[in-house]
Amino acid sequence: MIGPISFTPAGDPAAIRRLRRDTVVRPVVLVGTGTCGLGAGAGRTLARVKELAGERGWDLDVVEVGCIGLCASEPLLDVQLPGRARLCFGDVDPDKAEAILASVLGGGAWPELPLFQFPAEDHTPWDGVPAIGDHPFFAPQTRWVLKNCGLIDPRSLDEYLARGGYAAFRSVLGSLQPREVCELVERSGLRGRGGGGFPTGRKWRLALETPATQKYLICNADEGDPGAFMDRAVIEGDPHRLVEGMAIAAYAVGATKAYVYIRAEYPLAIGHLDNALEQARHAGLLGHDVLGSGVDLEIRLKKGAGAFVCGEETALIASIEGRRGMPGPRPPYPVTRGLFGAPTVINNVETLANLPELVARGPEAFAALGTAGSKGTKVFALSGKVSRTGLVEVAMGTSLQTVIVDVGGGAPGGKRLKAVQIGGPSGGCIPADRLDVPVDYESIRTLGAMMGSGGLVVMDEDNCMVDVAKFFMDFIQRESCGKCIPCREGTRHMLEILQSITRHPRREHDHQALERFQGVVHLEELAGVIKDSALCGLGQTAPNPVLSTLRWFRDEYEAHIFERRCPAGVCAELLTYAIDPALCNGCTRCARVCPVDAIHGDPREPHVIDQTVCIACGSCLEACRRGAVSTGAGRQTCP
Amino acid sequence: MNRTVPDILAAHPGAGRDALIPLLQEVQEAEGYISRAAVAELGTHLDLPASRIYGVATFYNQFRFQPLGRYHVQVCRGTACHVKGSLGVFAAIKRTLKIEDGETSRDGLFSLEVVSCLGACGLAPLVAVNGQVHGEVTPESVVEILRRYRREGAVA
Amino acid sequence: MPMIEVNGRQVTAREGGTLLDALRRAGIQVPTLCHYEGLPPTGSCRLCVVEVEGAPNLVPSCSFPVSEGMRVQTHSPRAVRARKTIVELLLSNHPDDCLYCAQHGNCRLQDLSEDLGVRQRRLPGSRTRLPRDISSPAIVRDPDKCILCGRCIRACAEVQTVAAIDFTGRGSGTRVDTAFGEGLNISSCINCGQCVMVCPTGALTERSHLDQVESALQDPDLVPVVQVAPAISVSLAELFGEKPGRDVEGALNALLRRLGFARVFDTSFSADLTVMEEASELVARLQGAGPLPLMTSCSPGWIKFVETFYPDLIPNLSTCKSPQQMLGAIIKSRFAGIQGIDPARIYSVSIMPCTAKKFEAGRSEMLRGGLVDVDAVLTTRELAELVRRRGLKLGDQAPEPADMPFGRRSGAGKIFGASGGVTEAAIRTAHFLVTGRELEDLTVEPVRGPEGIKRARVQVGELELGVAVVSGLGNARRLLDEIREGRRDIHFVEVMTCPGGCINGGGQPIGTRPGAITARMRALYRIDKGETVRTAHANPAVRSLYADFLGEPLSGLSHELLHTHYEARTPLR
Repeated sequence: MIGPISFTPAGDPAAIRRLRRDTVVRPVVLVGTGTCGLGAGAGRTLARVKELAGERGWDLDVVEVGCIGLCASEPLLDVQLPGRARLCFGDVDPDKAEAILASVLGGGAWPELPLFQFPAEDHTPWDGVPAIGDHPFFAPQTRWVLKNCGLIDPRSLDEYLARGGYAAFRSVLGSLQPREVCELVERSGLRGRGGGGFPTGRKWRLALETPATQKYLICNADEGDPGAFMDRAVIEGDPHRLVEGMAIAAYAVGATKAYVYIRAEYPLAIGHLDNALEQARHAGLLGHDVLGSGVDLEIRLKKGAGAFVCGEETALIASIEGRRGMPGPRPPYPVTRGLFGAPTVINNVETLANLPELVARGPEAFAALGTAGSKGTKVFALSGKVSRTGLVEVAMGTSLQTVIVDVGGGAPGGKRLKAVQIGGPSGGCIPADRLDVPVDYESIRTLGAMMGSGGLVVMDEDNCMVDVAKFFMDFIQRESCGKCIPCREGTRHMLEILQSITRHPRREHDHQALERFQGVVHLEELAGVIKDSALCGLGQTAPNPVLSTLRWFRDEYEAHIFERRCPAGVCAELLTYAIDPALCNGCTRCARVCPVDAIHGDPREPHVIDQTVCIACGSCLEACRRGAVSTGAGRQTCP
Repeated sequence: MNRTVPDILAAHPGAGRDALIPLLQEVQEAEGYISRAAVAELGTHLDLPASRIYGVATFYNQFRFQPLGRYHVQVCRGTACHVKGSLGVFAAIKRTLKIEDGETSRDGLFSLEVVSCLGACGLAPLVAVNGQVHGEVTPESVVEILRRYRREGAVA
Repeated sequence: MPMIEVNGRQVTAREGGTLLDALRRAGIQVPTLCHYEGLPPTGSCRLCVVEVEGAPNLVPSCSFPVSEGMRVQTHSPRAVRARKTIVELLLSNHPDDCLYCAQHGNCRLQDLSEDLGVRQRRLPGSRTRLPRDISSPAIVRDPDKCILCGRCIRACAEVQTVAAIDFTGRGSGTRVDTAFGEGLNISSCINCGQCVMVCPTGALTERSHLDQVESALQDPDLVPVVQVAPAISVSLAELFGEKPGRDVEGALNALLRRLGFARVFDTSFSADLTVMEEASELVARLQGAGPLPLMTSCSPGWIKFVETFYPDLIPNLSTCKSPQQMLGAIIKSRFAGIQGIDPARIYSVSIMPCTAKKFEAGRSEMLRGGLVDVDAVLTTRELAELVRRRGLKLGDQAPEPADMPFGRRSGAGKIFGASGGVTEAAIRTAHFLVTGRELEDLTVEPVRGPEGIKRARVQVGELELGVAVVSGLGNARRLLDEIREGRRDIHFVEVMTCPGGCINGGGQPIGTRPGAITARMRALYRIDKGETVRTAHANPAVRSLYADFLGEPLSGLSHELLHTHYEARTPLR
């Protein structure tokens, strides 16, 4: 018999409605204080709101919420008056906060239109304000994992419970055997959201079927992909969802000890999660004999110390064990021999955060969403050259076009969209004309990329794809664990080839010109060997950023290699520099910083750059205070 | 307030090898960096060779072997920051502070660290100073931000 | 027994074994760099990759378990291309200075590039340039030549449990280094040279004394004298292409004379001397003079190990100098006296199977009146190099005897070269000292053999003597921990730093064939068996040295010349 969850307002519908903010008795101001909100200045906005409440004698509830996802408009400030629909304002600095509150509370004209309102039963909507569901950022989304993000106070267990939290865990504990939970998840078609896309239920069953006295569950919250922040946002905005997901998973695989391996760079998420775990322990949801079920579960936080490779399962285990995060040979797989030699299941945050909703709605409902091989939803972190950056959750099968153009609003400033980088350093670039690809593990793979954990970095015509590839190779060769030769030496070598093709001809020595010509050939060959022989998933996918850009943007590589120019005008050494005589006042600043004395001119007369001497270092561009130095993507002449 | 390494170790009696990284984190939090003496004490406490501890510590980005500056500047070099020009921001910081990644300025005011992602990519490019995130910085604005801290540091 | 198909051929594998194991047993050669026999695979070098049907990527045979019906291609174009590229990548970041490299001709990387047909520098790239670590008196590290296979780390940490070095950094910045990148000399390194033995390239070599020995040999003002350790005569031949275990003592004596040494002495003589002193010390301690168990002191790596990791057990160490230092001291005292030579003019060289002996020779405790006991130490490898430098050949030399009186030895002194030899020699003499009678059977079988820890109980008069014989410091650590925890039934502990003893010392031939160590061990026992004098106390040269010079074991002069003391060390360990 499963006992009740200790929850004060249980059985008091009015109290639950208040916790859900279905009824509010006085105005509520909600400020998004996730990391991105704080980065945009939400801290100052929040302080101002509190200050104002005191100054003006407003009777307000001020609530801090997580990120609703619309990072581009941070800081976000919501106001909810009793009986009225909740309003959301964007880009709210302290001054604007004052004007907004004065007008909303005092009844004057708003300084600007809210972004949207949250329609709700019993709440009178505001005229002329779009509903959140009609806002282009939210309209195409299906928010299951992010359901509560930005709506609830992440520090309150009660608010999570009031919205049906832990009901899924309780029902699993009370009515299903571990094997049945594995089967349920297998039936739902849920696949790992961390990158590989391994069927979650099958992974669990393998661990469940391995006999052992101790088993472990690890939640991978290391989120190492640059450009990915889904896990952070989920933990910051709705930490109990993760805790509940972990509780379900641990029960299903028979793990009594679980770890959350979380990046140390996420102090806010760590704080919220720590708080949530403490609350869950206090409520009897964790610890000894959970809810009287006879099941024990202990969850501990482990702060990662900063190593991308620790996203790899065996490296992550090594790191928890206190060793260098170097991957080990597989087999044996962690499900049979993992942490401290015991069967271990490793799932990422999004996978686990899917479980409460999956259980609540049932596997059939989950499987009904998505494509043949990819079920449910996928959360993406949208960033780069896109108008509305932020956190997005769409049903599997939605096209990337929808995500980037409809949700994200396309490239800002009327620029031409060029490509989107998906899957982080292990993924690849998908060109703009292939954005009709549905979000689906297999479809994305056919384009030479991979789903990865959900980072989407958008690039426009001003981005150079060789430069992007170079960025990733630089990242990989620094983040490679250094253990196996193909990855350690191979990625370093690939980076050197990319450096050589973006180097100024006058800086080429000896055989470097030949090396540059051989570049493409060697790049492809090396990439093949690294993929085929590297030890771990990181190494085997390390060449992907180069291979995918080579596949779709070969012309850009050829322009760099043979024509010595960077069409996007990014690779500094391949640019031509010129001084506009109309703007130059002859201050001599540029001539003084030029390391090769390529700039001539009399003081107070316009200067000129001798193109046969210039090494395109860019010093003059930086030195000029009048903007007289301009760059062009012109062809570099060999001396 | 200031915890010493023995204090930290005393709080973890009988700790095993899996406590190494958390302990290194605590030591770094208390002292700002991992000193030779701290490695020796950790080694005795955990019964681990110093080379092993140093090997683990140098594997992870987080650990430093020089004291931190009063203002610890973290530059994000994630993808989103890169496509939005973080290289220029990084160069401007290095030029202004005259230190490289992992170093501390001679006056002890600034230390510099490149991080792979601060996780607020929507606001790229990002710089954090003592944990406070500054979004959408430019090479020019970051110099101004640093100048503000320098003034603040000079007054204090 | 699973059957697998390799290159179209049926091969029987061992249940639960790795693919590499199955391939090797079937005589199929797949190259390896990081593989360390007897330790679990790390799978880091990727040279042993093969194609396994059904696997999406190449598979490392060293860590991949065999399964029934598996189909494997070991030399498919895909596997060979991967191996070749891996070697090319290593070479691309390697100083191309093979001609100047100490390991030239004995380098796994050279062999591999030859075997894989690397004929051009196809992947030019930048090279990492790092300073060499020349701080150690015994071992030189050249990080530029390091290919990060990790074998040295495993030898140091897993075999010797010293762990002076580990991987540091990450990615292309990964190195093998000491804590805080400090010099090896101030690390916890005990100079055993086992890292040198397993290094596939020239990244780890001994600190060479060749040049100084050569110039001493040319110096007319100096009298060059040489002593040769017991293990050398059964190991040297391998460096001239001969079978392991061949004893070339006579030819070796001849060679050393051709090289210009004025006298050729045998360290086995001073091994006998050590037995006299140490057996007497044991007898004294059994009578209450000093703590038990008595632990041997001939192996300088072991001494530094105790000083560093078990300073509380220093009082248990025998105060006897090692045979090298004893003979060095005798040469500069007794030999100089007989010959009427100023000891300062004697240049005393020892040929040792050991790198730690270089450290030992330089210890400050070994200074007497401003003179060191031993001026230079050459390893077996260095000796072979010196011989080649002089255009000499081992095979050409007619056997010659060593010089008297310190070239005379017993069989007991000779078996010092193998783990258990010191104990066996000491038991033979202790039995005589205690009972006045010789052992009926001089062979003490339980202390022979290649095992890491051997224990025996021997009846010596009234007393049942408990002895433990250990080689390899990982084994020593296990035993010391037992002793620290109060084990009291052991009276005598012999420790050799290197697994198997000096025959497998850090100065011995690198890349020996499997079975070489046992062959050398067998050779030593064969020599002992053929000797007429098989006990130290019966060695006439030893007897006359006591009669004419030292007086008796543990005498004042003995203490001055043949005994030493130790100091606790506190490196960052």
